[in-house]
Amino acid sequence: MKIAVCIKRVADSETRVKIAADGKALDEAGVKFVLNPYDEFAVEEALRRKEQAGSGEVVVVALGPAAAQETIRAALAMGVDRGVLLQVDRIPADGLVVAQALAAELKDGGYDLILCGKMAIDDYNHQVGPMVAELLGLPCVTSIAHLELQGNTGVAEREVEGGIEVCEFPLPAVLTTDKGLNEPRYPALKGIMAAKKKPLDIKPTALAVGGLEVLAMTPPPDRKDGRIVGEGVAAIPELLRLLREEAKVL
Amino acid sequence: MALRFQGVDFYDADGLLTEEERAVRDTVRAWVDDNVIPVIGEHYVAGKFPTHLVPQMAELGLFGANLPEEFGCAGLNNVAYGLIMQELERGDSGVRSFASVQGALVMYPIYEFGSDEQKRRWLPELASGRRIGCFGLTEPDYGSNPGGMITVAKETKEGWVLNGAKMWITNGSTADVAIVWAKTARLDDPGSIRGFIVPTDAKGFAAKDQQGKLSLRASDTSELVLQDVCVPKEALLPKSAGLKSPLMCLTAARYGIAWGAVGSAMACYDEAVRYAKARVVFDRPIGGFQLQQARLVEMLTEITKAQLLCLQLGRLKDQGKMSPQQVSLAKRNNVSMATDVARESRRLLGASGILAEYQAMRHLANLESVYTYEGTHDIHTLILGQEITGLSAFN
Amino acid sequence: MTAVLAVLEQRDGALRKVSHEVVTGARRLADAGSGTVEALVLGGGTVSGADQLGRFGADRVTTATHAALGRYTPEGYTRVVVERVRARQYDAVVFPASATGRDLAPRVAARLGVPLAADVTDLGIEGGAIWATRPVYAGKALLKVKLLARPALLSLRPNVFTPVERPRAAAAETAKVDVPERGGRVVVREIKAAAAGALDVAEAPIVVSGGRGLKEPANFRLLEELARAFGGKAAVGASRAVVDAGWRPHADQVGQTGKTVSPTLYVAVGISGAIQHLAGMRTSKVIVAINRDKDAPIFKVADYGIVGDLFEIVPRLTEEIRKLHA
Repeated sequence: MKIAVCIKRVADSETRVKIAADGKALDEAGVKFVLNPYDEFAVEEALRRKEQAGSGEVVVVALGPAAAQETIRAALAMGVDRGVLLQVDRIPADGLVVAQALAAELKDGGYDLILCGKMAIDDYNHQVGPMVAELLGLPCVTSIAHLELQGNTGVAEREVEGGIEVCEFPLPAVLTTDKGLNEPRYPALKGIMAAKKKPLDIKPTALAVGGLEVLAMTPPPDRKDGRIVGEGVAAIPELLRLLREEAKVL
Repeated sequence: MALRFQGVDFYDADGLLTEEERAVRDTVRAWVDDNVIPVIGEHYVAGKFPTHLVPQMAELGLFGANLPEEFGCAGLNNVAYGLIMQELERGDSGVRSFASVQGALVMYPIYEFGSDEQKRRWLPELASGRRIGCFGLTEPDYGSNPGGMITVAKETKEGWVLNGAKMWITNGSTADVAIVWAKTARLDDPGSIRGFIVPTDAKGFAAKDQQGKLSLRASDTSELVLQDVCVPKEALLPKSAGLKSPLMCLTAARYGIAWGAVGSAMACYDEAVRYAKARVVFDRPIGGFQLQQARLVEMLTEITKAQLLCLQLGRLKDQGKMSPQQVSLAKRNNVSMATDVARESRRLLGASGILAEYQAMRHLANLESVYTYEGTHDIHTLILGQEITGLSAFN
Repeated sequence: MTAVLAVLEQRDGALRKVSHEVVTGARRLADAGSGTVEALVLGGGTVSGADQLGRFGADRVTTATHAALGRYTPEGYTRVVVERVRARQYDAVVFPASATGRDLAPRVAARLGVPLAADVTDLGIEGGAIWATRPVYAGKALLKVKLLARPALLSLRPNVFTPVERPRAAAAETAKVDVPERGGRVVVREIKAAAAGALDVAEAPIVVSGGRGLKEPANFRLLEELARAFGGKAAVGASRAVVDAGWRPHADQVGQTGKTVSPTLYVAVGISGAIQHLAGMRTSKVIVAINRDKDAPIFKVADYGIVGDLFEIVPRLTEEIRKLHA
């Protein structure tokens, strides 16, 4: 089974966001970057599928700056066979541009399965996976939390509002992964040592211009200071009064 | 509760690490956050070592991680190894002690003094956690003066017969195998000390947990009694020769302790900072008061110095240039520093600081053991005094 | 003249509430350019509620029907929407950022070769250009973007565009459309329904969330009762700590690696307020926190806090809310 996993280098979820001097991006000084947590589910799933099949190859593809090599090596340390970096100066805001570059790389790879995280925790774009599928003309199920494969067909479950959609699809396919699909492994120390010896292909990549222009990045509006209504059950009547009369939500 | 520890790195010491060193550290850090921190308080209060963590530690490759890959180990350099110890002790000294004993006090002597046959037989078993080891050097009356030990090994036609008692043995009651140090000639001849690989199910071998500990409660500490324990000739570590051999093991373990102490200090500092920002007294966070700021500044300063000390020590070890005295200095400084940081953190936390829900008091109590074991603080003072003056204060 | 297409959502032949929000958002955009809103809903037959969309400002409502469109089918829906967009010159196409919308909108964007601004919380037109604001870093920052291509595709975060009544006479039509048998290669075999009437935390107008302070999984019963007291308008959420501990399903997790929610009322019970949790709920309109630790960070973002034992407070609060709804 040949599986590709699209991964992204993102700021850690504990990052305190500081906006860069140009007012349009994150100030990266002192920020810790990690493998996007949703992509970890994709990597883990790919590794398990390969292990179950007993043979095959898992390839990760990342679009990002040179520093994303470290992110790729994190996946190699988990057990991925090789990595490809589509190297760009910065990751564009327009998800379609990213999807186009990934699709071009994946097109002739002969993959049975292409996995992506359902979204990246930095830009919340939620779109690259299904866009890659469209560009490659492949069937796609997004945000899956359960997967069964049998021969050339698969059944995936995805959460929708108030229920679970059960989707059937043929392979090859693109799937995007949600929390709950699996529990990603820690890279073992031997894996970390082995990662530096695995192939990592760096391809300088020119991107399309794209149709999204970033005007500004701003901090969210401050919430006004909260207040403690009181202590214990005695505070409940006052809370209800405030919710009714002041906040008007009851 | 913090989800992921964000590190304490005021001087960008991270920038001095290689990518693999950071990756190793981050893996162990995440594992500790996910698996040690959530359970360690309960285990500590219950006085139980979290045994269920051993297979996970083995799976990650934490045991003897600086020994070669051919024996099933990770083959890391000593800085990466030190970072592992740092992160483990950020969880708890008991968890770090387990790994120190297994790696530096059991696997290392087999690797260093063992025959090829012993290495091939034991190291993969110990690296994989299938076998647990302990290290028997200290005796009830011989702690700081191990050369005075009275455990003896007598050679017979079939092998060796061991008699004696050991004390303060981490993992003693859970170990499958003990590295026991014993004199093979006259009791006044420390040069006759040799190491033996002793299966703990051997007839005459007994281990009993020491009760009533107020420190290292999430760790098993035992007494060993050896009464006419017979072992074959192949139990002897052939290249062990005199007191120097167990002392080399202690240097190896102590190196990890110097790093580990920094981990517990980082945990206490991190907790103190978060608490100082959140806890409101007199209508403002206590972090805004000068006295608490002074506490935090002292902590950060000392942690930063200790981090750089460890890092250079590790680089020297990797270059084969590290002296035991340099390890003494780092162990002495860092453990004492960490004890101070834990105490100040405990005080900053006020009444909350005495609860097991917070980390400071647990670390503080643990560090009192660490201050005492693997060469007490005072003994390291004398070792360094001798190094400086050329004059021994021991005799 | 800004022509906006609002792509709506139905389930089991009834329009979903989020559709009103999408029409409201589309109306706002159309008004900024003195334009029109066309609404498109796909279904197996007529969709109840589609004829009511004039109330929220739709000028024209089309129900595209085909036997295979009763349930969402990614490829069938994509094809119908793309054909519709290609047939008319829209300036903007607006989707809900629901589970379906998040699947459908990117496909349409890729097919048309235009960008998609996802999870939009504000939008407008400035100097002839459509702009949108969307939270990034789990709401720790807002990104304002200009959409340079036509049509501009946007998906709207649920619960943000409160439906506003803007009555107009909407022309309604039903059009049979052509899609492949079964709708395409991906087929939704079934929808396993969650407990009857259960709301999704991302869409519920009221969310009651619990954390480690609940002490054990069984105690979430207290929150379920409180949620029920709100008369079917509330969902139960959870912090990452309790989801990771296996107390609650992943689908309930609120936070940066879970769901970002913006309900009218968010009640945080026994949740201390880690950054990554706050990121997921800080856009709630009103936040109430109940926690025994008065220094817990949750109180910094809570509009109203009660310090004390949740095991005493929650049952009493449930009782009071029940009385209000009785």
